[in-house]
Amino acid sequence: MNYLPATDQDIKEMLEKIGVSSTEELFKHVPSEVRLKRPLNIHAGLSEYEVLRKMTTLSKKNKTTSELVSFLGAGAYQHYQPLLVGQLISRSEFFTAYTPYQAEISQGTLQAIYEYQTCVCEIFGMDVANASVYDGSVALAEAINMATDKKHEVILTTALNPEYTKVVETYCHGYGVKVNIAKHKNGLSPVEVYEPLMSKNVGAIVVQYPNFFGNIDDIKALADFAHANGALLIVATSDVAAMGLLEAPGKLGADIVAAEGMSFVGPLQLSGPSLGMMATTNKLVRKLPGRIIGKTIDSSGNPAFVLTLQAREQHIRREKASSNICSNQGLNALAACITMVTLGKQGLQVMAERSAQKAHYCYQQLLTIPGIEPVFDAPFFDEFLIKLPKDVSYVNKCLLDEGILGGCCLDRFLGYYPELDNVALYCVTELRTKSEIDNLVNKLGVILRG
Amino acid sequence: MAKQGLYYDEPIIFEKSIPGRKAYSLPQNDCPAQDLSSLAPYRRKEAAGLPEISELEVVRHFTRISTKNFSVDAGFYPLGSCTMKYNPRLNEAVAKLDGFNGIHPYQPISTMQGSLELMFELAKDLAEITGMDEVTLQPAAGAHGELCGIKLIQAFHEKNGDTKRKKVIIPDSGHGTNPATAAVAGFEVYQIKSTPEGFVDLEELKNACDDTVAAIMLTNPNTLGMFEKDIVEIAKMVHDVGGLLYYDGANTNAIMGYVRPGDMGFDVVHLNLHKTFATPHGGGGPGAGPVGVKAFLKPFLPKPLICYNEKTASYYLEYDCPDSLGRMKTFCGNFAVLVRAYAYIRALGGKGLKNASELAVLNANYMKSCISEFLNAPQAGTCMHEFIVNPANLKDQGVHTSDIAKRIIDFGYHPPTIYFPLIVEEAMMFEPTETESKETMDDFIRVLAAIVDECRTNPEIVKTAPHNAPIDRIDDVKACRELNIRWEKTE
Repeated sequence: MNYLPATDQDIKEMLEKIGVSSTEELFKHVPSEVRLKRPLNIHAGLSEYEVLRKMTTLSKKNKTTSELVSFLGAGAYQHYQPLLVGQLISRSEFFTAYTPYQAEISQGTLQAIYEYQTCVCEIFGMDVANASVYDGSVALAEAINMATDKKHEVILTTALNPEYTKVVETYCHGYGVKVNIAKHKNGLSPVEVYEPLMSKNVGAIVVQYPNFFGNIDDIKALADFAHANGALLIVATSDVAAMGLLEAPGKLGADIVAAEGMSFVGPLQLSGPSLGMMATTNKLVRKLPGRIIGKTIDSSGNPAFVLTLQAREQHIRREKASSNICSNQGLNALAACITMVTLGKQGLQVMAERSAQKAHYCYQQLLTIPGIEPVFDAPFFDEFLIKLPKDVSYVNKCLLDEGILGGCCLDRFLGYYPELDNVALYCVTELRTKSEIDNLVNKLGVILRG
Repeated sequence: MAKQGLYYDEPIIFEKSIPGRKAYSLPQNDCPAQDLSSLAPYRRKEAAGLPEISELEVVRHFTRISTKNFSVDAGFYPLGSCTMKYNPRLNEAVAKLDGFNGIHPYQPISTMQGSLELMFELAKDLAEITGMDEVTLQPAAGAHGELCGIKLIQAFHEKNGDTKRKKVIIPDSGHGTNPATAAVAGFEVYQIKSTPEGFVDLEELKNACDDTVAAIMLTNPNTLGMFEKDIVEIAKMVHDVGGLLYYDGANTNAIMGYVRPGDMGFDVVHLNLHKTFATPHGGGGPGAGPVGVKAFLKPFLPKPLICYNEKTASYYLEYDCPDSLGRMKTFCGNFAVLVRAYAYIRALGGKGLKNASELAVLNANYMKSCISEFLNAPQAGTCMHEFIVNPANLKDQGVHTSDIAKRIIDFGYHPPTIYFPLIVEEAMMFEPTETESKETMDDFIRVLAAIVDECRTNPEIVKTAPHNAPIDRIDDVKACRELNIRWEKTE
């Protein structure tokens, strides 16, 4: 299978027009000493049917949430996906187009992303948003870059998703920004944990909302603290569904929101489908990285949409650009936009409320099992920690035999949480049922007794 | 209401909201009601202002606006440097297979062996195609791959205690992402001039080469579509002063099976799977920007590595990498894009990949031969997979590249990339790709020739184009001056 339309006759005619005798001649500028003088060591091509068979076989080596009941979150969440989302983003007018450089023939993508930007602003209570970056962790790194052009330090806490922390450290190394990491206090990041690290060099403090443990911090107090010290408050969110219940960070004084929109894009695929959402205040709009869609008019005065504020971007500013980003996660932003309008004002609330209800039910039920203990006593949304009397990895292995994906074992972060030994991070969204939760509780009880 | 035929004036979806309408369908709460009073102080006072719409209205809205997009499926899209080749439907089908969807990144390794095997095999194939030893699939796009690659080079120099290497050399013909990436990684950008033919000026390079050079970033074939003939000498010059070579893989579609960056002397390479490997561009992503390295850079790759354990005959993720540069993003990359690229490589095979590059170069040269009869081609001779022309021969008519681009729209084609590379005045960069037929190119060439005639006989129609698009010419100055980047309720 090669998707090539050229016939021998076409090739002959084209070569004649060019004035060469063979296609080989077209590569004559490539120095012979670097030419590959053997065929690529890659299997011979296959037919469509054969590839489909091979890939189906490969895919069946996985076990998915269609057969396993998942209580995993920790940065990737399984929420309701309206079926129309997958179908609409499969319209090839959307997925086989590229960045809307030519506005006159890209109004579909441009209008959709303008609507996406509006949805993002609405859920976070912010003034403006961009057209997306790669994922939540990169959104956070980019947000820190926005906030540290004059003051070259940032403060995070250990209640931030450890993978986000790693990405932030990787990016900040290049930015020349010092990353200070404060220790969480009882699963929260109150002002007092940031205070000892605060100085006139700090451009921003970061809080995850809800945090990595599922707990909810006092965002208003942190905003006041940051602002009193001449710093910005960056709020990171890894599950956007929480915005159906929690106060919008913009209403609490956040200057920049960096979020992972995966929950609204599509089914989890081991890695992805990620979506970095970024929103900020009018004051900081010119520091936002990446594409931004604006509304304007055409030469006949009709409303129309176009890429705007391009003077910030790499193709114009080169080394002075606000970021190096070019392609973003366009189709995932479209998917998230469609999910958000399908949920609508009520649906987002219902999703969040039912997630919180079911998570709290699960938490209470789990605590009835002898040997399971609470870890923190903080308000949480739909994720929580529990301490097990046995090794979490072992317990999860036993749960897997019962078709259950147990909570995330914090040991996977290689010593990052020495104080949280035998602790699991459970997530319960609106998709879990009472019988699934009760089954988890039963099976866990049996495993822990055994 | 339809504006014309099937073109609708579709309002912003927020304007269609009617309180009480709904399109969602969520599972009931079948658990006993819980006391959530602990959350009371944190609750939203006002629900997020999302629209309230019925399911049909959602579907109709996005269907209608989609028809205002030009796409590869709708027509010829010769956007240079973007490789807008056909996106095979096989790839879409396999990306949607049940077994690849519904996998949590932290579920046990034993339950994701299929996905890990796919990534492991894809990385192996990409290493072979590029002539590198190891490949990471983590970066989410080309520019993200560039940053990963430059940070690998940085980690290598730092490990050697070679901290004076602050300079990254970039030719003035390079993509904007090159200097932006070097700057974001904390390097100083040292731009060198290209020769009038678009090649690296060896004299300039010589002057730039000293012991502060961390790397040179090169695109080869370069952004003018020409193969850098002195590449061996360039590699030697940079290596001799202890710098490394970074290969911007945006133009890999020209060389598969013919020549490999690793064999040219490059130490690091990124690929754009959404260009060379036929994964859809998605209206601006998601893409994938895998990075290949020579063996000596393996210890610095981002975590985790996808590895194979021969004893247990199983794949696993290795996180214990003390010299790793860190992480470029969460988890392991844009997986669904990787699935599509893997299917593409399996379908074409080694020979098919070479064949694709062969015909991409043939198509570009054919178009260049034809178009240079009526537009100016600053680079004489054969090109690789793309080429540059400009309307230097139409200066007297006062017609600009942007006018011609907009007029192309009227005939049902996507314009070429315009005003890039920056070193060619009024540049138009065409990249037909291998999946376009001779008739498609011939029709396009006829249209372009007719537009060039119009520039002389009726320049006004060109300067005011487009006339047949869903909207007329956009006012982008107003968009910047009167910034409106979100919908707001007006009472």
